[in-house]
Parts: sequence; C-alpha cells; structure tokens
Amino acid sequence: MRPAELDLARHTVWLESETDFAGWRDAARRLALNEIRPEDIGWRVADGSDPPRDILPDGPHGAQLVVPREFIGRAETAFCHRDPGRFAFLYRMLWRLRAEPKLLAIASDADTRRLETMEKAVRRDSHKMHAFVRFRKIGDGADERYVAWFEPDHFIVERNADFFVRRFTGMRWTILTPHASADWDGERLAIGPGANKEDAPAEDDTETLWRTYFENIFNPARLKVKAMQKEMPKKYWRNLPEASLIPDLIAGADKAAIAMIARMPTTPAPHHAKVQAKHWLKRELPEAGDDKAANTIPELREAAKGCRRCPLWRDATQTVFGEGPAGAKVIFVGEQPGDQEDIAGKPFVGPAGKVFDGILDEAGVDRQKVYVTNAVKHFKFEPRGKRRIHSKPNAGEVQACRWWIDQEFALIKPELAVALGATAALSLLGKAIPVTKMRGQVIEREDGLRVFITIHPSFILRIQEPVEKEAERERFLRDMREVRRLMAA
Amino acid sequence: MSALSVREKLAVLSDAAKYDASCASSGSAKRDSLKSGGIGSTEGMGICHSYAPDGRCISLLKILLTNFCIYDCSYCINRSSSNVRRARFTIEEVVKLTMDFYRRNYIEGLFLSSGVIRSPDETMGEMVEVARRLRLEEKFGGYIHLKTIPEASAELIEKAGLYADRLSINVELPTDEGVKKLAPEKRPETIRLSMAGLRRKIEEKAEPTLRTKKRERFAPGGQSTQMIIGADKTSDDGILHSSARLYGSYHLRRVYYSAFSPIPDSSSSLPLQKPPLMREHRLYQADWLMRFYGFSQPEILAGSSDGMLDLAIDPKLAWALRNRGRFPVDINRADREALLRVPGLGTKVVAKILETRRHRRLRLEDVGRLCHSIAKLRPFIVAEGWSPGTLTDKAGLRSKIVQSCEQLALF
Repeated sequence: MRPAELDLARHTVWLESETDFAGWRDAARRLALNEIRPEDIGWRVADGSDPPRDILPDGPHGAQLVVPREFIGRAETAFCHRDPGRFAFLYRMLWRLRAEPKLLAIASDADTRRLETMEKAVRRDSHKMHAFVRFRKIGDGADERYVAWFEPDHFIVERNADFFVRRFTGMRWTILTPHASADWDGERLAIGPGANKEDAPAEDDTETLWRTYFENIFNPARLKVKAMQKEMPKKYWRNLPEASLIPDLIAGADKAAIAMIARMPTTPAPHHAKVQAKHWLKRELPEAGDDKAANTIPELREAAKGCRRCPLWRDATQTVFGEGPAGAKVIFVGEQPGDQEDIAGKPFVGPAGKVFDGILDEAGVDRQKVYVTNAVKHFKFEPRGKRRIHSKPNAGEVQACRWWIDQEFALIKPELAVALGATAALSLLGKAIPVTKMRGQVIEREDGLRVFITIHPSFILRIQEPVEKEAERERFLRDMREVRRLMAA
Repeated sequence: MSALSVREKLAVLSDAAKYDASCASSGSAKRDSLKSGGIGSTEGMGICHSYAPDGRCISLLKILLTNFCIYDCSYCINRSSSNVRRARFTIEEVVKLTMDFYRRNYIEGLFLSSGVIRSPDETMGEMVEVARRLRLEEKFGGYIHLKTIPEASAELIEKAGLYADRLSINVELPTDEGVKKLAPEKRPETIRLSMAGLRRKIEEKAEPTLRTKKRERFAPGGQSTQMIIGADKTSDDGILHSSARLYGSYHLRRVYYSAFSPIPDSSSSLPLQKPPLMREHRLYQADWLMRFYGFSQPEILAGSSDGMLDLAIDPKLAWALRNRGRFPVDINRADREALLRVPGLGTKVVAKILETRRHRRLRLEDVGRLCHSIAKLRPFIVAEGWSPGTLTDKAGLRSKIVQSCEQLALF
C-alpha cells in the first residue's frame, strides 16, 4: 500500500484473472517507466478473492513507453497461454524491446522464438476449438438451444467467443469449459465462470447420423493413423461423439481393404444393359477422322474440332477456327490463338485482337467483308503458374495446319489475303520471308492469290516506349488503309 | 426396393462420395451471419472438423445426391455396371442434414456431387436447388462446393456459381487417352470447354458491373479439379504436365490427386492393389513446388531417367541432388528465389531468414532453430562460420541424407 514499497527489491502484481491482459498491460507500463527490473517482480492471479493492491505509481511525469505496435497484438495472443510464467516472460520481452526495438524481427533469438511458440500454441488451440466444439441440442421451437462442453489447453474462451457469434448468430448457444463459459442468447454475448462436463447435455440424436457419416466416409484402403492423430490428438477424443468409432475402424481396416481387393469383379448390374441401350447406343460414333470433304465453312469448322494433325491439341482447350462471312473479300491471317482466344473459342478477341479491331475500324475497313483466321488453330504455350506464355509454332505445325487454311481459302475465294506477321506469311507463301523489310508489299502467289505483308498487331503491344509504340501503330494504320484501297480496287 | 431411412441413405451416399479427395473449405470470400441473423460463416481459412483414420480431414459433408449413374467409368464405384447398393436423397433431406450437422459444428458446409440420372441438366438442376434453398430459405452462410456436371446448361452453371463458393469439374485422368479408355462415355473435350467456361465466368463476374458498380457473386472460392493417379500408366512427369496446363489454362485453385483406391466390385480392367499413397504425397509436394516455389514443371523431373518422382525423398531434395552445381547457397546473401530452392526451407522459413538477416548474420545453428531439420539443409548452404566444403558434391550424399532423416523420424 505504501508507495515507499517501490524502493524495495520486489514487487507483487495482482491480476484480476488469467486473462486480465488490460491489467497486465497497465502494470507493465508503470513498472517499466519506473525502471523496475523483470527479476524484481512477482506476478499473481487473484482468482476471485479480493487481491491486495500494490498501488503502482505512474511513471515520471510526461514519460512515455514506446514499444512496437506489433508487440501488443502478439503479447495479447501469448497471454492466453496456460504457462504461469507468461506474465514475467512478456514483461521481460517488453524490457528488452526498449533497448532492442528490432528484437521481434530476429526470429533466431530465444525469447522471440518462445513468444512465437506460445502464440502458435494459442492459435492452434483456438483453431482446434473452432473445429472440435460439438453442440448438443436441447429443447424445441422457442426453447431450442445448443450447448457444448469443451476442454481447451489454454485460456481461449473469451478470445474465441466472437467467432462463434459470427457463425451461429441465428442460434442460441452456450459453450462450457473448465475455465470459463460463453453464452449467446441471439442478441448478447455473456462470458461466465467455468463449468463441469455434467452441466452439458449428455446426448443428441443427430450424433447417430454423424457417426454413420464418419464411418462411411472413411476409406479403409488408405489407413493413415498417424496423420489423423497429428491433427486430432487423442486428448480431444473424449468430447468428440465420432471418436469412439476410431479403434474399431482401425482394427477392421486391413480386413475391409483386403476384402475389397479380393472381391472378384462380378457380372454387371442388372440395370446396366438397359442404361447403356437407352443413353449411349444411339449416340453417334466418335469422329472417324477429319478428312471428309467440307462444302461450307460451318462444316469445315465442325470437322476441325477434332483435329489431331499436330500435337498442339493436347494442351490447348479447343480448335479456334476462322470467323467471318462466306463471301468475304479479304482474309486476314494471324499467327495462332492466344490465351483469351483459346478460352473463348474465337479468333482475335484478346488484347492484340482489340488493337486490331480498333485500327481496322479507324482505317474504315468494313468488318462485314472480312474473314479472320490463324495460320495455326491451336494455342501453343508454356504454363507459368497461372499464366500461359505464348510459344511460336514451328514449321511442322504451320505445315500441318495448312490443311485447314487452304480449305478456308478454297471455300471463301477472297480477292486478297493479309499476312499478319512471319508465321502467317510462312503459311501463305510456303517459305520464310523478312516481314519488317517486306511489309506493305503485295506478293502474288502462283495460284494468283495476292498476299499483302504486314506485321502482327501484337508487335505493337510489345513496344514499351510510348513514342515508338504510337509510330508503329501509325504504320499499321497506314497498312490497313492500303488494304482497304486494295479491297476496293 | 423398399424405402430407405435417411441414415441408410447417408451410409450409401457418403460411402459413394469418399473417393473424391477434395475437402477444402478455404479461399472463399469472408462472410458471417451477423447481418442476416442466419447460420454460417467462412473466414478465409478452412476448418477441419474431424479426421478419419485414413488421415483425411473431414471439413464438409461430402455426399452424393444419388449414386444412380448412367455413366460407366471403370474406376468409379458408382458406374452403371456396378452392383453397389443404390440410393437417392431428396432435396429436403440434404438441406436438413446439412443444417443439422452445421448447427452442431460438425462441418464447414456441404460438398455435393451426384451420379448423373436421366440427363445432366436434371441432375445439375437438383444440385443447384439444394444450394439455393440453403442460401435463401435457411440463410445458410457456410461453405458450399458443387461438383459441376460438364454437360449441364450454361444457365444452371450460372446459378450454381451464384450460390456455391466453389465449383469443380473432374478431369478424371491425367490424359485424354486414359479418359477414353476408362470412362468411355466421358468426353475430355467437353470437360476442357466446361473448365474454360467457368474460368470465363469467374473472370467476367470479378469485374464490377457497369450499372451497379458491384461485383456479382460467382464461385468466390474458384474452381478445382481432381485426377486419379495410378489407374492408368501415365508417368509423374505426364501428370505434372497436365496439372501445369490446368493451372495455367483454367486458373484452378487446386488440382487434387487421388491415388486410385480399389473399390468393391471393381472392374477387371483396373489394378487390384493398395492405393499408391506415397506417390500421391510426392505429387502434392511437386505440385507445391510449381505453385509456391517458383519451379517450372519441366524442371522438376529434368534429368531423371524414368519421369517418376523419387518415393524415398521429397522432390525438392531430389532436384537439388541432380542440380548440385547450383549449391551451396549463401543463407546471408542469396535472393528469395534461390533460398526457396534449398531443400528443407519452406516459404515461411525463407521469409523469416530474409527478415532476420536484415539485422544480423545467420549461423548454421540459427537456421537450425528456424527449420525442422538441419541434416537435409547442411550440404546445400553456406552460413556464417559454415561451409559445406566438398560435402555438396560427395557421391554418397543421397543415402547419407536419407539415413539421417530416417533416424530423426524414428526418434
């Protein structure tokens, strides 16, 4: 009671309860400001009785105690640990933090590690409480209530009550533990004293169903008892209605698994033939091949769906076929579908397609008269996490896909082809040409088809430098105006 | 057939669902019942409410609406030619079971799958109706995972995404050839298109709408898939290639690997043996390397002779032993990417090393305090006062590490 006591070597701090973090924080602040060393303090919990109060003085006038904000949150978590030495330990951390403000960042320090270990234990216990609380229902209608008995390792009821409020808002419930209880009446949360197992209901009919589920979801061929016990230690079993089944399930597992393997395949179930006849027999046989002659673009598109002419179909989602009117005057040929095109199943809908559309529009090219397609009709890529990096199709793949592009040209009979980039040029001309050098030129094929050479619009997208990008866009726009002129001619 | 009780149906229809590996209840939008006054929440992290003796967590009520099925996939216990006992839940029964279990805190939510009866749309329609009633009539805020039937109509998929947290479509087997052989009625092309459709919907709905500027709800927990391991002859390299493709193409949250498990009354076209659990485990580890450790798929097994993961040691250690030229890595200097490739260093430990070394140089024993076992690590790192010398390149290194890890495990 006498402030003079502060001059003595030892101070006793009385906390109101095991979870009196506010009391600890207040005492710790005053003690630290008065330079009381950790070894000179004894920490006690009052436990209901009225504690003798050691009046701790305020710190020197105007003095402030500064600790990392992070510490307060972490200390509050560790404070729920059942370790009786935690009050002294946390004060020692506080003491050290004044001289070593970076202490919490040094994961290899023994005290920092201990703090982390305690926090982890409390968090794990909380997590297990969220998982293993089992409510039993009592009463019906307006009297319906749910009551659970749970035995946590640490003092975590107060800390976790809000979780259950958020989750079971529309229910009236009580969680009883040896240390404290939490009660929600649908509107208000009340924390009360500890209780006994006998205070909770002894049974609930629904547990029969739950045990039925537990028994049947278990696969005896995959027995992994250690893995189970690591996550659901035996100490929790006594309050889990399903746990009493475990020993028998384990004991019978080997036999059940062996029986499963040993049971010889039997004859098909009686209804099987009927099901087959009704649902599967009339289904047309799988595609016999894709080399049937197609007379229209839709027929050709249909045939190309199952294309296996090169291995690119394996990793792609679908064949992305050309699009446009059958009477198009010009066919634009790109390289291959990209990520977006592969997903949508339509050509030129991704970022490069958007650039292309914009410029075509600006150049006054009538989209109604235009057919767009790609030299290669499956997307070739390398997966990188959640992205797919475009890879250039090789000459073999381009050659394989000529099967389709030649037929597209044969059916549409355009006056002009526009090769967008090197791959398209290779496909249309059968040989590699230097596109940047020859852009803007028209090459006449042996069969009379005129091929206009330009770059692929994705080239514009790849340029980082804004002035250069704009210049390239201008050049492409000029090319498209030229295409329009050629279409009109 | 006489009418089955709910308990009998539950026994049949949970037994029928147990071969699906997925149980995740994580990764959805945060949600609680404070405003609605209903029941249920999801808080980002999933919760496993129990564990079966097979070591698998029980997070969701995982059941089939029915195990009648018109498909005849040889690896599946519910195939039409199987003599397994059949049952069918009503919509009300599933809704009630879910709510009864959830209120008692047995589960995080519902994972509903189904055999296909009559037509894909009819079956999918009933599954969507279960989800709709849970959300709208029961004000249920817990987790809902619907297994999507690839052939179902776009409108039903749209509704499914509105009520469910996660949608999934199983690719079934790692290759199209495998599907054609073992699941003759299933069409891999359709499965791909459905996954592409889900990705497109998820991306489309993630954008705020023009008029309301709000995002419409559509499967906030994304999509996932499962493939069965060991029912066909695909190598691990082939399996991982498929996974990398699926992650990249359809932005899946997870690819689940399910070791093929012998099923009662199984078809004679399948291996009758215990499921390859260790192989499954190694595949998950390799999957993690692709998703969290910066490994590209071809790297993981590059230089291996048979394209199979080493069952005795984890894939990162196996990779390090094949690529010793990249080691030792200096713990006090190396960037995050290089640290993540050190055997025995997980993402969390790497984060701690990076933070700690800003303030002090790390010795071998400091690193030892941060991770589980230093034995695996020692030959691959340089630390203050520690250099592995010729240890990194020693011929017997693999067996030495395997030995010391085994000793630890025994202890």
